[in-house]
Amino acid sequence: MAMLEIQDIHTYYGNIHALKGISVEVERGEIVTIIGANGAGKSTLLKTASGLLRPRSGSIRLEGRELTRLPPHEVVREGIVQVPEGRRIFGRLTVLENLDMGAFTCSDRRRNAENLERVFALFPRLKERSRQVAGTLSGGEQQMLAMGRALMANPKILLMDEPSMGLAPVLVDGIFETIRRLNEAGTTILLVEQNARMALQIARRGYVLQSGAILFSDAAARLAENEIVRKAYLGEH
Amino acid sequence: MNAESRERLPGLRLGLVSGACLVLLTLVGIVEAFSQREIVSGVLSMGEGLLFFTGLFIAYLAADRGLRRAGTGRALAAGLVCGLAAAALLALLVLLSKAVNLRQVLINASPAVFQMLVFQREELEVGLALLLAAGLLTGAAAAGLRLLPPVPRRAVTAGLVCVAGLGMLQDTVYPVLSSWGPVAGLADLVFEGLGLSPGGAVALFVLTAAGAAFWALQGAAVRGRIAGLSPGGRRGLRIGAFALLALVLAILPQALGLFLSEVLTIVGLYVLLGLGLNIVVGFAGLLDLGYVAFFAIGSYTVAILTSPELGFFSLSFWQALPFAVLFGVIAGVLLGIPVLKMRGDYLAIATLGFGEIIRILVLSDSLRPWLGGAQGIGKIPKAEIVGFEFGGPQEIYYLILAGCLLVGFISWRLRDSRLGRAWMAVREDEDVAQAMGINLVAAKLLAFATGAGFSALSGAIFATKIGSVYPHSFNVMISINILCVIIVGGIGSMPGVIVGAFALVGLPELLREFAEYRLLVYGAALVAMMLLRPEGLWPEATRRRELHEHEEQAGPTPDAPAAAAAGRP
Ligand SMILES: Nc1ncnc2c1ncn2[C@@H]1O[C@H](COP(=O)(O)OP(=O)(O)OP(=O)(O)O)[C@@H](O)[C@H]1O
Ligand SMILES: [Mg+2]
Repeated sequence: MAMLEIQDIHTYYGNIHALKGISVEVERGEIVTIIGANGAGKSTLLKTASGLLRPRSGSIRLEGRELTRLPPHEVVREGIVQVPEGRRIFGRLTVLENLDMGAFTCSDRRRNAENLERVFALFPRLKERSRQVAGTLSGGEQQMLAMGRALMANPKILLMDEPSMGLAPVLVDGIFETIRRLNEAGTTILLVEQNARMALQIARRGYVLQSGAILFSDAAARLAENEIVRKAYLGEH
Repeated sequence: MNAESRERLPGLRLGLVSGACLVLLTLVGIVEAFSQREIVSGVLSMGEGLLFFTGLFIAYLAADRGLRRAGTGRALAAGLVCGLAAAALLALLVLLSKAVNLRQVLINASPAVFQMLVFQREELEVGLALLLAAGLLTGAAAAGLRLLPPVPRRAVTAGLVCVAGLGMLQDTVYPVLSSWGPVAGLADLVFEGLGLSPGGAVALFVLTAAGAAFWALQGAAVRGRIAGLSPGGRRGLRIGAFALLALVLAILPQALGLFLSEVLTIVGLYVLLGLGLNIVVGFAGLLDLGYVAFFAIGSYTVAILTSPELGFFSLSFWQALPFAVLFGVIAGVLLGIPVLKMRGDYLAIATLGFGEIIRILVLSDSLRPWLGGAQGIGKIPKAEIVGFEFGGPQEIYYLILAGCLLVGFISWRLRDSRLGRAWMAVREDEDVAQAMGINLVAAKLLAFATGAGFSALSGAIFATKIGSVYPHSFNVMISINILCVIIVGGIGSMPGVIVGAFALVGLPELLREFAEYRLLVYGAALVAMMLLRPEGLWPEATRRRELHEHEEQAGPTPDAPAAAAAGRP
């Protein structure tokens, strides 16, 4: 049984049918990526999985537990934690306060202190800047903070929405490197990316999303070879 | 046009702004209303003082700009130009008033006020020359003040503020001081007629300036000494300070007399209301303009449950109080549910409507048998504890003080609690707050409910203080006033609420000439705040950070322990 099972999800915005029966599975310890054009429904899928949007039908299960109707704050407690699109850090709070906010669901102080150490080990930059107002961090640092904040919530699975968005190429490499290290340290990751090339390099499997439906899915390496994917998402001819 | 050519004459632009302000003050009648009272008897009336200090302040800003841009000479020039330009606009106004009858459109443009502007001179030329000279002098004084080194500058400013303040408040301060036995003789020396005596003014100025200079020079040393005390010593000092504060708070109504106690109770009610609204607006970031509704619900609950006039119930105040708070909380939740999904402007409009609904309900004729209609409900009994009746303002003060302490303590604990953190996240970003595991519905409803409970509590106290409730006591202006109090004090900051209430509610009560111009003063105060101190008088840390980001980033904040260690010998 897969760790996260999303089955035949239909999500609507009013009467816009944004997800048309999507099924995605993620095994424990995997990186799975979802690639697709703008407006394909990638963010909608992640928001549905984390409870921010309610699907009209279909089911979401984590380790066999039914989460479909849970409100978002309870989904977080179950272990699905999202790094939102565009980072969305708390710009007026300090780095430390942001991380603290991430640990909202966990009131075990020792656990939180350990998590903080882990985050600082992963992102030494955040430790240097822990008292800085988060809104003044650079884009790359903000992305680290968004990831760090999510890690503070003890995720079983991390949903990342376009972590490379708006970052310079050098920083993008760093971010993907971090994602891989996170995964090696045991975090399961569902990664949404526009940067299909990089995403398919670090992922084990991938899904191609088009107009709210899965076009096909396969091992990442094979997707990278696929004619259609190469043309449409890797910009090759 | 580049910036250089736009401001060829330094201080001109601010001078015109200053002149426009002064002309406006003159034409709305505030100057004349104020000239009945004096700051320094026979020397400076309050009307003249208003013009002088406004001009001085703006010329100071001009000099400050000049200094930053190009040094001493430019600062002096900017101050002079600014003062002169302002006076010139006033002079033009005087000339205009001679040429046409301004009174036909501007009813406050009385001949008396123009006579005052030309220093009561019969010959217009001489008067106008004096006016321009006064402008130049004001500008020179402002520039001089700006060019002083920091310590004397602070001393002079403190002295001026003290003299102006005490002079303006003569009619409240003098009666109080003269009732304090040994101090009475001193009061007679310092005050004279409707203001300060000239000698008293000089003495006050010197004393305050000296005090401020001492603190500026030695304050750091004193603070250092306190920081260097042993933990026990510091605790002792803190206990001593608390005891002193408690003692002062306890004897305040007796020391201040009836009138000032009444003012204190009004300020206190606004502090109570402000602390409640601060939870909703400041902590949780929900802009609630219908806040007066809960105040009304608290008042009417107490009125209905206690007044023999309606005759349904005749509970005592204390029996009715829990119901008042409970109904307030329930109403807070009921308002909260429909507006859960609304943000910003929409929320403000919806809550504004809610406030009006409550007022119109209590005003309605069909509910009159139960709610009293336009006549309201009277004969609300006073609160009583073991024979001590909270009758007059000097007693009600204690009731309100207790309320403020309670509410202040609760909001302080809430702010640092888990719930406080949830509110902060909701205020910063609702969607992300949810994704962090915060129950948005619960956090919002709890904010509305807590704020409403505090508001209802102050409403209950208000009802027994006044002895009767009328619908017109609960109009939307109350909500706006409370919002102004917390904005001016500093959104989200609890000491800010107290400072804001004293500034916006207390001062106008003391300067009754203000009453008519209250809204004008609120407006001006808000605009001035936004320009000069957008974070409020006593800001909360997060907002200060946001608005002064660049300053804070200039140097790394030293770690507290490291700094303390370095400060110790
Ligand atoms: N709040 C909303 N209301 C109505 N329609 C929406 C809303 N959010 C998204 N949509 C629509 O749903 C579809 C999927 O949007 P979604 O944000 O999931 O795309 P995406 O794949 O994440 O795109 P991108 O790569 O640009 O982030 C789009 O057609 C979009 O216009
Ligand atoms: Mg998206």
